[in-house]
Amino acid sequence: MSNGPVLVQGGSLALKPGYADHAADALRDLRQRGDAVDFAVEHHHDVASTIQLGFWIYLMSDCLLFAGLFATYAVVQGHTAGGPAGSQLFDLPSVLIETMFLLFSSFTCGLATLAMNANRARATVGWFAVTFLLGLGFISMEVREFAHMVAIGAGPARSSFLSGFFTLVATHGLHVTCGLIFMAVMMVAVLRKGLTEQNRARLNCLSLFWHFLDIIWVGVFSLVYLFGVMH
Amino acid sequence: MFGKLTLSAIPFNVPIVMGAVAFMVLGAIAVLALITYLGKWKWLWTEWLTSVDHKKIGVMYLILATIMLLRGFADAVMMRSQQALAYGSNVGYLPPEHFDQVFSAHGTIMIFFMAMPFIIGLMNCILPLQIGARDVAFPMLNNLSFWLTAAGAVLVNVSLAIGNFSRTGWLAYPPLSELHYSPGVGVDYYIWALQISGIGTTLSGVNFITTILKMRAPGMTLMRMPVFTWASLCANILIVAAFPVLTVTLALLTMDRYLGMHFFTNSLGGDPMMYLNLIWIWGHPEVYILMLPLFGVYSEIVPTFSGKPLFGYASMVYATMAIALLSMLVWLHHFFTMGSGADVNAFFGITTMIIAVPTGVKIFNWIFTMYRGRVRFETPMLWTIGFLITFTIGGMSGVLLAEPPADFVLHNSLFLVAHFHNVIIGGVVFGVFAALAYWFPKIFGFRLNERIGRWAFWCWFIGFYVAFMPLYALGLMGATRRMDHYDVAAWHPLFIVAAIGSGIIFCGIILQLVQLVVSIRDRELTRDVTGDVWNGRTLEWSLPSPVPAYNFARIPVVRSLDAFWDMKQRGVNLKSATFVPIHMPRNSGTGIIMAGFAFLVAFAMVWHIWWLAVAGLAGVLVTLIRHAFNDDRDYHLGADEVRRIEGLHGRVQARSM
Repeated sequence: MSNGPVLVQGGSLALKPGYADHAADALRDLRQRGDAVDFAVEHHHDVASTIQLGFWIYLMSDCLLFAGLFATYAVVQGHTAGGPAGSQLFDLPSVLIETMFLLFSSFTCGLATLAMNANRARATVGWFAVTFLLGLGFISMEVREFAHMVAIGAGPARSSFLSGFFTLVATHGLHVTCGLIFMAVMMVAVLRKGLTEQNRARLNCLSLFWHFLDIIWVGVFSLVYLFGVMH
Repeated sequence: MFGKLTLSAIPFNVPIVMGAVAFMVLGAIAVLALITYLGKWKWLWTEWLTSVDHKKIGVMYLILATIMLLRGFADAVMMRSQQALAYGSNVGYLPPEHFDQVFSAHGTIMIFFMAMPFIIGLMNCILPLQIGARDVAFPMLNNLSFWLTAAGAVLVNVSLAIGNFSRTGWLAYPPLSELHYSPGVGVDYYIWALQISGIGTTLSGVNFITTILKMRAPGMTLMRMPVFTWASLCANILIVAAFPVLTVTLALLTMDRYLGMHFFTNSLGGDPMMYLNLIWIWGHPEVYILMLPLFGVYSEIVPTFSGKPLFGYASMVYATMAIALLSMLVWLHHFFTMGSGADVNAFFGITTMIIAVPTGVKIFNWIFTMYRGRVRFETPMLWTIGFLITFTIGGMSGVLLAEPPADFVLHNSLFLVAHFHNVIIGGVVFGVFAALAYWFPKIFGFRLNERIGRWAFWCWFIGFYVAFMPLYALGLMGATRRMDHYDVAAWHPLFIVAAIGSGIIFCGIILQLVQLVVSIRDRELTRDVTGDVWNGRTLEWSLPSPVPAYNFARIPVVRSLDAFWDMKQRGVNLKSATFVPIHMPRNSGTGIIMAGFAFLVAFAMVWHIWWLAVAGLAGVLVTLIRHAFNDDRDYHLGADEVRRIEGLHGRVQARSM
């Protein structure tokens, strides 16, 4: 953020033809009248960094949403009400593979960002396509796990523990699904319009979102699955 | 096809409800007919409903809040009259199942759809002007936030006509709110109305924090921000921190009710007290989300009407931050009786009492600001003084309730009801009215009628004491909240006095409506031509009233606290000779359309109309994606047009100078 007055610069305005002349005229007039110190013609606000800050704040609120779910899960994880506990349900090798899908998708998402910064639109879309497939793999493994648990009578209505498990893990899954939709939309946008200023800002948000979900999953994997099989 | 929805959902056999519904429907038809008659639909759509101008969005919030104030107050009058009547053999006119909906709707509406829209409306109207910004950070999102809030408000009112509302109080405690004990649609209406409006509020919080951190005029450092902006920043941080917890809590209750889960049930491991903890982790910050911006309002009004800078600006800022932080650490005082033990209760009792310290700092700061000032007792100042007296009393009863042993006696009694009305009416409602009287000329370009405003103030002020002081006494006499009937002879006279008090407040509200009509009629006499009606100190008063769409033709360079006062002291010329094109966001229908689909989803979920819920969700998604691919989002207001508009306000300097 720029704190000093930027007398001519006009954010995206500065890019418009003819505007700079206008602003320069105005600035000269202001200087002649000696009150340029009281007013700036324009104050530069960087649009991309504003979007990025807004998205960070949103992510923090989302983080607190997960904090609420984690706290709830911590309270109810022992409340199995005579039903199965985590140690009887969780298939750790399978969850590890699932986790690897997501971790590698974060890596390829990072490669996509590098490609974007190198101005390579097709490579960006390509790496996002790989990320998308890995994310899809993660989601399908999660759906399979849920379906299996419901089939053996360990559905979310069985006990408070299972309610907490399904809600926490499925909320993460829902976020990943939203991320996939976001990614699909962005791939189309980049193919149609290229790596425009706007698309870059949005891709940065998407990559923040994707890494954020990865971090949440690390929490889920440790607190739900690893602790779960220990008990 | 229509899930649980049948014609029998409309309560044709309940005359009071049908009367209210008829009133609402006729009112709506009258408004729609009037718009059609005047041929104003296109104007309404392009100028207001799709507007991304923060000032217009602010005005829409204020209108929504005013309408919901009337609705919530109608509920209050029904409760007071029922309790004045329903003693001994008289059962009153409201059967229990209706009375329970009335108090649930009253609380829900007053907090979520009256107080919240008022404060967010005020922030929208004023905050960008105070920091020298041309708009908020995300104008389209701002429009969406408003419409999500409005959709929630509509849903609450729809419950009056179709089905019924929750009977479980404004926070819907389980296990009562679980499917087993509340099988109807009432709690579902409550959940979905709060869920969609809550998302709108969270987005507002994100938007305002970004605006304050990123959009300030050059030279406006954090410690040069007006106190209203500071207080709003704190409140918005609390929104972003607390509202996700509300979302989670309501979502878990939804899981219990819709998918048979066991978070808060009494069976299979559920824990109802977990709901109380979660909802109050949101709920206590929420009361400060309401209160802090109005502390900011008082901090603007007192210096302006005392002709002095605010006493202790820095301590005011630190006190606000301290309150914001402490508000996160006191939630358990809402249920000391849960039985978490003496240590836990003592911790939360002490943190609660500590909040009185920064609040006391503020009270003294306002008093010291007035000390030896030339205080002008105009309506904004009257409301402020009414607040100082009333809020101090309410705060003291709060400190009393913060003692766990006292709370065990007073929990859920009318003493508590008297306490929180004492702080919410004395603090929030008086603050909103003070703010409206203060900023009305800035927003609309003319002043509110001063004389009728004074009468309205005295009715509210006196009415408040007559209505709520008896409730303190009743609470000490053992009367609990939410009773539709009682048999104790000693209580009856006090309930009658309270009902008279609500009648006096009713006179105040009528006077405020009259004030509005008279002020609009006489607007040519009270037109604000200078833009600075009160001899103000902050940047919004440097602008013409009403403020042009682009706010600032030139961005002010801030040199000190009270930036506009400083400009006036230095004799800065507000007229300009040269103008440049201004970059403006284009209006967008995305917000209202998305909120419309969100409303459909909510309504469909309440009535289990699954296909409609899926269709609505698809609508939300498609609208969002369409918006993402729309590149026609902004335009430039030409320099000549800026010159023309500034000229209308006499802000153009002849070039020859």
